[in-house]
Amino acid sequence: MTPNPILEARELHTYFPVPQSLFEALMRRPHLSVKAVDGVSFALMRGETLAIVGESGCGKTTIARTLIGLEAKTKGEILFDGKEVALRDGQTAIGLQHLRQRAQMIFQDPYESLNPRATIFDIVAEPLVVHGLAKSERERTAAVATALEDAGLRPAEHYFMRYPYELSGGQRQRVVIASALVLQPELLIADEPVSMLDVSIRAEILNLLRDLRQKRGISVIFITHDLSTVAYFADRIAVMYLGRIVEIGLTREVLRDPQHPYTKALLSVAPAPNPRLRRKRVILQGETPNPINLPNGCRFHPRCPVAFDQCKIKDPQPTVLSKTHQAACLLLEK
Amino acid sequence: MSDHWKLFLRNLNEFWKAFRRNKLGLVGGFLILTALLAAIFAPALTPHSAVDIMRDSNGRALTFASPAMHSPLGTDDAGHDVWALLIYGARISLMVGFLAGFISMFVGSSLGIIAGYFGGAVDTLVMRVTDILMVIPDLPLMLVLVATIRQMDLKVSPLSVLILVIGLLYWTSAARLIRSQTLTIKERQFVARARAIGAGHWHIVRKHILPQLMPLIVTNTVLILSTAILIESGLAFLGLGDPTQPSWGTMLNFAFSRSAISNGAWWFYLPPGIAILWVSLGCILLGNVLEEMMNPRLAAHYLEGDKGMIAITDKETGL
Repeated sequence: MTPNPILEARELHTYFPVPQSLFEALMRRPHLSVKAVDGVSFALMRGETLAIVGESGCGKTTIARTLIGLEAKTKGEILFDGKEVALRDGQTAIGLQHLRQRAQMIFQDPYESLNPRATIFDIVAEPLVVHGLAKSERERTAAVATALEDAGLRPAEHYFMRYPYELSGGQRQRVVIASALVLQPELLIADEPVSMLDVSIRAEILNLLRDLRQKRGISVIFITHDLSTVAYFADRIAVMYLGRIVEIGLTREVLRDPQHPYTKALLSVAPAPNPRLRRKRVILQGETPNPINLPNGCRFHPRCPVAFDQCKIKDPQPTVLSKTHQAACLLLEK
Repeated sequence: MSDHWKLFLRNLNEFWKAFRRNKLGLVGGFLILTALLAAIFAPALTPHSAVDIMRDSNGRALTFASPAMHSPLGTDDAGHDVWALLIYGARISLMVGFLAGFISMFVGSSLGIIAGYFGGAVDTLVMRVTDILMVIPDLPLMLVLVATIRQMDLKVSPLSVLILVIGLLYWTSAARLIRSQTLTIKERQFVARARAIGAGHWHIVRKHILPQLMPLIVTNTVLILSTAILIESGLAFLGLGDPTQPSWGTMLNFAFSRSAISNGAWWFYLPPGIAILWVSLGCILLGNVLEEMMNPRLAAHYLEGDKGMIAITDKETGL
């Protein structure tokens, strides 16, 4: 594995402006915005799988959408293969269109991410059509068949002329994966790819993704709220809270030796397979604060079980704990 | 590819199976089909043309003659065969109605998709124009427009004027409907997926948005056809039709202005009226059934009476 990252995010911010009424605009009230992603930096190595974990509303889906250009970033940089992602190709920039050929996204809901009036063949062939690849009918059929079989739908011809409603949830997610594979991408951004599926099918899909990763050396960003799938799947974990990464490290480090109080709380409530090993649960108090009005100081302090006075004032910066492990907490800064 | 052809036939077959179950839809289809066939095969259905004048053995024109062997629906004030007028008039009425209906649906769908898909300033502009057109009463506006364009002495046939005015003014409700549907479709995940793949606007609209709208567009085209035919009849009745190419509305206009009613010539004014009713009823029945098929939420469900469902009665359960 060469140490050059396939994807790098530097101080990425994605804000969604809150619409103002005419009255508010006339009163010159300040423009508010939802700070969905608020300063996220990470680097993803080639062939690596990084899991982004967090509760609903912490901004993990927004990160995925920003990386692939579905949302416009407010600030910061995204680098793909060492080049900055921009609208058009350039000397030091990679165009969005080019990026979308080399990076593919898998969406959460396999029931919604397939056009109900398109056949499976058309769905899987669509990336080829969009990028003007595999022009001849034969090439295209071959590419689609390979992708479907790689995604575990065999025999592929059997599925060509079917509609999504004729398939089960697991099969649909395989179609989604097949259409992501057909362009032979280097990076896969999977936004909760198994959360809508039955537990029995989850393992199959996760195994499929893991095999593909090993066979093709695809790098994966795996977004989830489920820590048990992460342990099974990821090389590294980034824990997000309210638009920021609070802890990032190798899976082993984060799961065995969590440093941030939020990670500790998350881990303590994750279901453990061995009931004797059950840890003392840390139940967080209160609700996640409003991402429009973030709390001063550390954004976790209103819910933090170990918060002290400084936390209300000072915003913690990531502390390096080991070569691979970082966490942002004032307790660690001392 | 033969696979696509097979798929198309399969879909068609499934559609027909579902359609066949609804009697009203079949009736609607029958009404439209008979009118179309009568219009297409008009020369085979009558020995006369619309301008032939019926004469008796003395060579005098038969005016206001009641139905008889030689003219099954009687004659009008000048001795024309009403049956011949009716089926040749069907050609004009249906042509104007269909063309105007298609134009209005095309304009309405395109503007609706553009407004809904792009949103923002484009949306505001299109929708304000739609609002303004909706506020102005249709019929008076069309009357004024048709009459004015006639006066301008352009080298356009009166029928084209009629078709264009109806088609280009009657798209407002379609535009609103299509826009609102587009708004919901473009937020769906498969559109986001298409964007993430790198698809352009044209590709997304053509491959992802239009196919979802198609049922709505087809249904509304059928429904709008009836309105277009009614408007054409209305305008022609008010004297804005083409007198050289009489439609059903023109026939009614003649019947009215040449005192068919006081002469008791019911065979002159009833047939065109019934014909208009025939076609617009057909369109509405067919359109409603299609709408119900495309949108299952509109379908009525009964616990009893449906063959596929068995209601358990008190006697059987003993409850």
